[in-house]
Amino acid sequence: MSTHTHDHDHDHDHTTFQPDIKDPSQEWEFLEIALRELLIEKQILSAREIADEMEAWERKSPEAGARVVARAWCDDGFRQRLLADANSAVAELGVEIESVELIAVENTADLHHMVVCTLCSCYPRGLLGVPPLWYKSFEYRSRAVREPRAVLAEFGTELADSVEVRVLDSTADCRHLVIPARPAGTEGLSEDALAALVGRDSLIGTALARAPHGEA
Amino acid sequence: MTTNRAISDLGGLPAGPIDTHEHEATLVERRIDAMMMLLRAKPRAFWVTDENRRTIESLTPEFYEGSAYYERWVTAMRALLIEKGVLDEAEIEAKLAEVRARYAAGGAA
Repeated sequence: MSTHTHDHDHDHDHTTFQPDIKDPSQEWEFLEIALRELLIEKQILSAREIADEMEAWERKSPEAGARVVARAWCDDGFRQRLLADANSAVAELGVEIESVELIAVENTADLHHMVVCTLCSCYPRGLLGVPPLWYKSFEYRSRAVREPRAVLAEFGTELADSVEVRVLDSTADCRHLVIPARPAGTEGLSEDALAALVGRDSLIGTALARAPHGEA
Repeated sequence: MTTNRAISDLGGLPAGPIDTHEHEATLVERRIDAMMMLLRAKPRAFWVTDENRRTIESLTPEFYEGSAYYERWVTAMRALLIEKGVLDEAEIEAKLAEVRARYAAGGAA
């Protein structure tokens, strides 16, 4: 790989970032580099802060959402608080969802919710981590509200015709958390063991919670 | 059916199959995301989420439809940095020229 040449005399800190695996080649990738270098040179942002923010992103994961769901499955008082005021309920578990309303909805044997943001990519990162690329895709945004069962089938999620499907559209001011239905055969499992059954897609509603180990 | 729709108003439109593959964010994408969060958050708070959306929704339909997700974000970031007087057009263009030349010469980030 090529090395950095210091053909400029300012002393800004851009040594925090190693070269990417592939060299940027597109104009918008150059734009990112240009804006970042300018913001650092003008001391509007520091390389340290950007690196810290990138680490903070990596720490966010659907495990937070899974813990919330497992608690709701185990503790009916918490479940009711979660359905009544999700922002306050998740704060009990140390998850702060600020400046947007969080609404939790419950999947059952008869009712299935899935979440989309048709207008952009609104998503509760504090609970689910970084959104998958498909969530932001034009195809998912377009089709989720018109043919949710066909979309679910593309994710391998087949629901009986008797199950009602509701699609929730997120906005910049309102995010949703799906509480998947608790799988059969999980009586007596610990909260941690239950949380391990709750994957990201089940919190969006494109999948179900996993069956416990050994079950079909 | 699609007349008078905003470019972002995709709900219910016909579209092809969903690519459900996972995607590992690139370093450039993660940096764009991190900078956007920092610029929007206190103490800087140069703009709010809705201004971000307004900027993205003001892109031309050709650009909106033909661009990558973080390509739209970084384009919006440039527009907002100029609009809010944080950076100006000339210094961005000058820096961009320098960056392009650096890569053309085989330099690294």
